[in-house]
Amino acid sequence: MEKILEVKDLEVSFQTYGGEVKAVRGVSFDLYKGETLAIVGESGSGKSVTTQTIMKLIPMPPGKIANGQILFNGDDIVPKTEKQMEKIRGKEISMIFQDPMTSLNPTMRIGRQIMEVLIKHQNMSTSSATERAVELLRLVGIPMPEKRIKQYPHEFSGGMRQRAMIAIALAASPKLLIADEPTTALDVTIQAQILELMKDLQSKMDTSIIFITHDLGVVANVADRVAVMYGGQIVETGTVDEIFYDPRHPYTWGLLASMPSVDNDGGAELTAIPGTPPDLTNPPKGDAFAPRNQYAMAIDFEEEPPMFQISETHFAKTWLLHPDAPKVEPPAVVQKRIRKLSSTFDKPVLVKEEK
Amino acid sequence: MAEKLIEIRNLKQHFNVGRPNLVKAVDGISFDIYRGETLGLVGESGCGKSTTGRSIIRLYDATDGEVLFEGENVHGTKSTKELKKFNRKMQMIFQDPYASLNPRMTVADIIAEGIDIHGLANSKQERMERVYELLETVGLNKEHASRYPHEFSGGQRQRIGIARALAVEPEFIIADEPISALDVSIQAQVVNLMKQLQRDKGLTYLFIAHDLSMVKYISDRIGVMYYGKLVELAPADVLYKNPLHPYTQSLLSAIPLPDPETERTRRRTSYDPDVHEYADGEEVQMREVSKGHFVYCSEKEFQKLQKQYKN
Repeated sequence: MEKILEVKDLEVSFQTYGGEVKAVRGVSFDLYKGETLAIVGESGSGKSVTTQTIMKLIPMPPGKIANGQILFNGDDIVPKTEKQMEKIRGKEISMIFQDPMTSLNPTMRIGRQIMEVLIKHQNMSTSSATERAVELLRLVGIPMPEKRIKQYPHEFSGGMRQRAMIAIALAASPKLLIADEPTTALDVTIQAQILELMKDLQSKMDTSIIFITHDLGVVANVADRVAVMYGGQIVETGTVDEIFYDPRHPYTWGLLASMPSVDNDGGAELTAIPGTPPDLTNPPKGDAFAPRNQYAMAIDFEEEPPMFQISETHFAKTWLLHPDAPKVEPPAVVQKRIRKLSSTFDKPVLVKEEK
Repeated sequence: MAEKLIEIRNLKQHFNVGRPNLVKAVDGISFDIYRGETLGLVGESGCGKSTTGRSIIRLYDATDGEVLFEGENVHGTKSTKELKKFNRKMQMIFQDPYASLNPRMTVADIIAEGIDIHGLANSKQERMERVYELLETVGLNKEHASRYPHEFSGGQRQRIGIARALAVEPEFIIADEPISALDVSIQAQVVNLMKQLQRDKGLTYLFIAHDLSMVKYISDRIGVMYYGKLVELAPADVLYKNPLHPYTQSLLSAIPLPDPETERTRRRTSYDPDVHEYADGEEVQMREVSKGHFVYCSEKEFQKLQKQYKN
């Protein structure tokens, strides 16, 4: 499969009055053509910053890419100027934001906002852009698109606005679509429709999607692969089956256990992850998750764990996979989901740092 | 659990009455809340679930209908003294922990506001002791009392909101989407806290949310709302195992589950209000299909559902 995006050892920090906030601390991942990668994690874990850096949407200063490469189609984005980025944004990479209420321009008709992309990136004439805008709105399932393009965002409902956003994002047939919590503000029924729509469009246009969310149910629905972020780092990554049926990192266990499942009879207490996310102004020494981790060992407070490889596609950053680590049992709720996957290695392999 | 704490009779909350843009946010709903239980209220945004909660606690004056708290109507003309009595027994936890705490008040003052209004503390010292005790109950500590809301994270703020609600020792708490604004890992902490408080203090909750899996977890009974009407009301597990109203079915089929395999084979059903084909003048109302399981339906549907239920 063709790699469309390679992020290598990305570090992003922000200069604030309280000191330097290291929002992203060495993130690496690949994205293949036509696949969906879900990034999960709580607020402040760096998932939004990572993706905004890919589009270079973080304000610089105070933001700064301290280290790393972002290779898009083999081309490094990091040194690109604002002018060069304008050619990429909206055309090659586009983004759907969380809040459709605030990310559309309230003073511009919906049609105009779609046409803007077409006129700028595809040199279309106004008339053909209008036609294409109608087509796009129809594609995302908005009834009576001819009438709708003349309307303003306030005349659309939340779900309709999100559809319009998707239409804008897809207008120039981008190769990569970044969806930052696109359904969080929506109701379950509308959410299901939008997810269906995105999957449908993906299979038609062969776009790669990075899907940011904190809803594991949504992840299970859309993702091919999952990256779990905590404290500015990817702590576990693997295919969707590996993450849900054979999770290895205690934070992933915590996330899975803190969600009530519908067949849970409500008798058992939810296994909450105690404490609060780390303060990234001074990232803790060792494993950032250690203070909230009931499985933490002495070494977790001393030294940052390395990546261990569990299968061809499955990696986890925890000392628990070290051959000398004691064998621990994940929480009971997680144990219920665990099953043997054929692709798993006999033993976790330590990943050597590439120099 | 047979004792009724709250009875809601044909509650209506209309906005812009008498003007062309009349909104029937809540349109004639009736249900009971028993002492010590948690009643979940779900539905999509704009279905009137929050308005229902706010009308019950009289943040809005109901257009019509009654809310009986221990047999007494909350609405209608009331003296300040009578209102105070209700306010002490009913409290509310709000959705947005950022907007619902006054940024210019210290945590101690926020929590003690109710204590002051109702004169529950005889001395300054007693007041502060009460505040410390409440902070501990919700998992915060003494030192937090002199701080301001902006110094806290979302989950901690929601705990302050809970402490404030508990300050006047209420019997009944309306929680309007108390966890929607919080992170997944923090949501479980707050829900566990609410469950524990319920056990310790025998509280009754009305839990309003759109996250159906969380509602199922915390609730004893669940009511489903659609366009200002209650369409189904049943014990939590019955509702999930055997949803009868087509809207409930579509809502349940839309919950994404954290299990890739079921997600791959999921079939969603969508709800079309036209499926009912109600004839003009047909009486549509809540009917008890089996014990404790109410569905909003017509007489014809009722017969059909009852037959279905036996199988």
